[in-house]
Amino acid sequence: MTSAESGLSERMDSISIPVEGSPRRRVVPWWVRRIGGGILTLFAVSILIFLATQVLPGDAAKSILGRDATPEKLEILRAELGLNRPALEQYLDWSRNFVTGDFGMSLVNDRSVEELLVPRAMNTIALALCAILIALPLSILLGSISAIRRDGPLDQGISVTSLTFNALPEFVIGLGLVVIFATGVMKIFPAVSIFPPEESAFSNPMALVLPALSLVLAISPYIIRLVRASLIDALDSEYVLTARLRGIPERRILVNHALRNSMVPVVHGTALILAYLAGGIVVIEYVFRFPGLGGLLLEAVSARDLPLIQATALFLAAVYVVVNLLADLLVVRLTPRLRGVGA
Amino acid sequence: MTSAQANSHAEQRPRSAWSVTWRTALHQPRTRVGLALSGFVVGLALLGPLFSSGDPNEFIGAPFIGPTGQALLGTDFLGQDVMQRLLHGGRTLLWMSLTATILGVLIGLAIGMISGYTGRRVEGSLMWFMDVILAFPQIVLAIVFVSMLGPLPWLIVLVVALTHIPRVARLTRSLTADCVRQEYIEAAKTIATPRSRILIREVLPNLTTPLAVETTIRLAWSVSIIAALSFIGYGVQPPFPDWGLMINENRIGLVVQPWSVLAPVVLVAMLAVGVSLVGDGIARAASGVDERVSQ
Amino acid sequence: MSRVVVSGLQVALSSSKADVVTDANFTIGSGEIVGLVGESGSGKTTVATAMLGHTRKGAEIVKGSVTIDGLDILSLSAGALRSARGRVISYVPQDPAAALDPCMTIGRHLREAVKAHESTAGVDWNARLAELLRDAGLDDIDGLLDRYPHELSGGQRQRVCIAMAFACKPACVVLDEPTTGLDVTTQSHILDSVRRLAREHDVAMLYVTHDLAVVEDLADRLIVMYAGRIVEQGPVRNVFHNSAHPYSRALMATTPDVRARLQLQPIPGVAPLVGHRPSGCAFADRCTQAADRCREEIPAQVTVGVGHEAACWFAADVSTERSPLTVRSELVFANDVPILEAEEIRAGYKGREVVHGTSLSIGRGECLALVGESGSGKSTLARSLIGLSDQVTGRLRLNGEEVPLGIRERSLSQRHALQYVFQSPRSSLNPRRTIFESIEAPLLIAPKPTAAVRRERVFEALEQVGLGPSFGPRFPDQLSGGERQRVGIARALVCEPEVLICDEITSALDVSVQASIIELLEGLQREHGLSVLFITHNLALVRTIAHRVIVLKAGHVVEEGSTAETLEHPSHEYTQTLIRDTPSIVAPLTSDS
Repeated sequence: MTSAESGLSERMDSISIPVEGSPRRRVVPWWVRRIGGGILTLFAVSILIFLATQVLPGDAAKSILGRDATPEKLEILRAELGLNRPALEQYLDWSRNFVTGDFGMSLVNDRSVEELLVPRAMNTIALALCAILIALPLSILLGSISAIRRDGPLDQGISVTSLTFNALPEFVIGLGLVVIFATGVMKIFPAVSIFPPEESAFSNPMALVLPALSLVLAISPYIIRLVRASLIDALDSEYVLTARLRGIPERRILVNHALRNSMVPVVHGTALILAYLAGGIVVIEYVFRFPGLGGLLLEAVSARDLPLIQATALFLAAVYVVVNLLADLLVVRLTPRLRGVGA
Repeated sequence: MTSAQANSHAEQRPRSAWSVTWRTALHQPRTRVGLALSGFVVGLALLGPLFSSGDPNEFIGAPFIGPTGQALLGTDFLGQDVMQRLLHGGRTLLWMSLTATILGVLIGLAIGMISGYTGRRVEGSLMWFMDVILAFPQIVLAIVFVSMLGPLPWLIVLVVALTHIPRVARLTRSLTADCVRQEYIEAAKTIATPRSRILIREVLPNLTTPLAVETTIRLAWSVSIIAALSFIGYGVQPPFPDWGLMINENRIGLVVQPWSVLAPVVLVAMLAVGVSLVGDGIARAASGVDERVSQ
Repeated sequence: MSRVVVSGLQVALSSSKADVVTDANFTIGSGEIVGLVGESGSGKTTVATAMLGHTRKGAEIVKGSVTIDGLDILSLSAGALRSARGRVISYVPQDPAAALDPCMTIGRHLREAVKAHESTAGVDWNARLAELLRDAGLDDIDGLLDRYPHELSGGQRQRVCIAMAFACKPACVVLDEPTTGLDVTTQSHILDSVRRLAREHDVAMLYVTHDLAVVEDLADRLIVMYAGRIVEQGPVRNVFHNSAHPYSRALMATTPDVRARLQLQPIPGVAPLVGHRPSGCAFADRCTQAADRCREEIPAQVTVGVGHEAACWFAADVSTERSPLTVRSELVFANDVPILEAEEIRAGYKGREVVHGTSLSIGRGECLALVGESGSGKSTLARSLIGLSDQVTGRLRLNGEEVPLGIRERSLSQRHALQYVFQSPRSSLNPRRTIFESIEAPLLIAPKPTAAVRRERVFEALEQVGLGPSFGPRFPDQLSGGERQRVGIARALVCEPEVLICDEITSALDVSVQASIIELLEGLQREHGLSVLFITHNLALVRTIAHRVIVLKAGHVVEEGSTAETLEHPSHEYTQTLIRDTPSIVAPLTSDS
């Protein structure tokens, strides 16, 4: 059982199932509570980022300026960022700005954070979408084949291959692809994906291929194993057996019963995997020098560009929270049992 | 009225399920391969410095020379001996990964067990804090902390352990909750067994196998993240030898002198894959054992 | 001409080639209901599914034929078999909750069942589905077709499965313990429907069960299986009144009955498992009549009456003996000193109150039965007595002394005096601890006796329950269900309790194993003056073991009194319904007075 699978049952528990005959009527629909929970989580995430970047380092100004620090510059910086005020006040200001869309000014470049963030975010989303749109159908297909031809040579092959790729660190996968396709054996694709950030990733498709492929190889194994396990569960279930004993054709059973029921854990697992994808993106963008959000975060971090770091990290976390929320909603849609007891 | 005759199906050897699982796991080829791979790399990382004949930071020649009799794997981007750096470069990765994993697993286990035992809403705030940590990809959190506070080894270990905790806690929480539903836990409660004793004596033995599998998964992750951190530049700092760092440093010479990059890459990969294979072998053995047991 | 002919059916494990079912031969006529009876391991479920050409994973049909209206199911190709399933022969499973797809509405389930075998052109679905529902007794429920399985009750789900089984008007229907887990009233209604459907549609029906009483009322003919073979078959009345096989007789003697207090006679020994079956008669080791010939040769089928045969060398002699059922005198309780008194107990969970102000008292050496269906609150009441409930009010007295309701506030002697035995042999023992450790556990709470004393007490408890010290180092998965229940009792006995609360402790056991547990319990009562609160839904058991009985409905006591009086002349309507719906073996009985 992978931790993704176990996390699923956790998640199912946390979606409150209305207790039959419970005297306390659920006035607040569960999805409102779920969204509220998501918002709360986002707030907590923002506090964490704030703490890590502005409070913990002690003197944030000194960390930012580093060796450039002279007493005058420190003062200017502190005034500009409001670092002299009590932490709580700083946080409230900061979060209020964020909520209203003011992400502040980059300390290093002479532009607003928003200007820097948006195009890079678009690139990353393009990359992520490419990866997901390839990985998801491919993995579901391979996982299903594995499950249907359980323990056969195809299943063993897929299982060992996906296990190997699962274990490899993403940068290894990325480098491997560079070696094979860019520098070594076949020089088809560019080894680095440098293009001006103002251009969108789609206008440079060649630059997308290797990074996207790396991500596909990195996340597919998870989804394959998840699909395989949940489809096997469904195929081994009692209701599939009794459907067979009723003479229902095997293909119908597979599509209508088994796949439908196994999609629920897959939806959930995919949401968890997307968090992993976000981390993988940072590394892959670094390997390929892809002008995306991950690369931005790393640049911001190396330049100690505080507002940029905060905005980027918060954005990444927000995406994760939203994706998980959508996954929860989708799961309940797919599971009649969780929709509540009938009238 | 004993039923000695009928019990011929159950061998009378007293054995713990763990030893049965382990023995079954060892029968699987993947477990053995995994042990070999990871064992080799761990051995190399631990004992490497003992076999090293020189200073890994010493310049022995021009940069990016291919393998020679003197330098078996050639030189790196500065002209240092790749082989020497390789022998010294695993220890940090090893101790940091192991520590982060063990710390994360132990704390996650404790939190998961307590919250799984006491039920849903009690440890709500703690679980919610975990959700917050989970909202970050592990590596992003590490980068954020390390960037502001410096690439201190203990900080990296703590942050990586921190990211493991909620994931382990989730698993142990659901396992504990399942376990607590069983009647033998109720039996322990009817004689007012103290909570701690129930958790340690009754619940914990049932968690050992899934926990072992999870530990191998966590270890593979730790290796992955810490090597990646060094690769990005937020781990071990130059000029110290470290496999992740070496991969990044020598990247530009990939075409000219591939060994300087490939050698550390292969070692990191072998460690991660080896550990995963062992975990997978245990997981398969455990599910096989469970099937037999529930006859 | 029989509609269904099963001939020479043999099913074996694929890996070891050990037989699961050997040489099964029987027939079922049109409109006839044949009961197939046996305990776990007898192979009855294997026969049931083999009739549809299916075996569970790891087993395969070695030889034999299942001929329905001239068509041999076992000789069909995969495609033809799929077509035959549901159309020629269909199956009603044991657990309807697991058998229905949780993501599909009832309407879709039914439509799918029909579409599998009939063309759908121009079908008036409304009429068709309405007809199906009416047949299965579900026509009075609004909006049923749009509901999901989890929204239905257990009985309704089972009726849906029955509707699907009859959807394509098959020639033969196999029902595999379809009323397990349903309460007795629902069961009786479903049995009525089943009987009606068999007659109306001229269906050949095979009804698999472990419950002799059910089958006596429902079936026309009866087949008894033991260790993979058919040991007796014949018209129901004949098999009951003139049983010709020692196992059938022994089985009947282990079955309690609600109409009379029977002497249960456990069968010594254990049934041989697959792969360990002896070369001669499998029952020989446990049979009072066994001779050398029985151990050497497998007995041939001996005809003892019209359509009645048994596989025993002594069948002819056996069938002329008197019925094995012995009636005992009713239990009467004389002692007025209560050992346990509960007053106005209100208990519940998750904010809901489930038990509304009930009181009860048990005397020293008395067995009080607490009877109720699922949802009556009997388990909640029991748990509040033992101190496991955190939502409880009321008063509890042990030997006249007030006892706190929470377990953690009770003194050690109070906790030891009141002990609990759980229901499920599967989950009542920690799979990771040895039997010795599980039994020893209560003694490890401070102040704890020395290791030597603990050892002695554990071994003594093991002896008392009929196991021995050799069971100490074993693990639960090495024991049978009955043995595990004994360990559960030993764990309670090691505290030397005065009152034992038994929560449905035999519900998950075979009837012969149940009889041995009951015998054990009665022995403990006699020897140690143990008082027992016996919780069950099985009225027949109540008649056998209890002095007094309390009937619980929806958290209220609706009736209480001495067992004989209450079961013979119930005053409350609910009790009357329960008794009426409980099947019973009506047979000439001998009394031992």
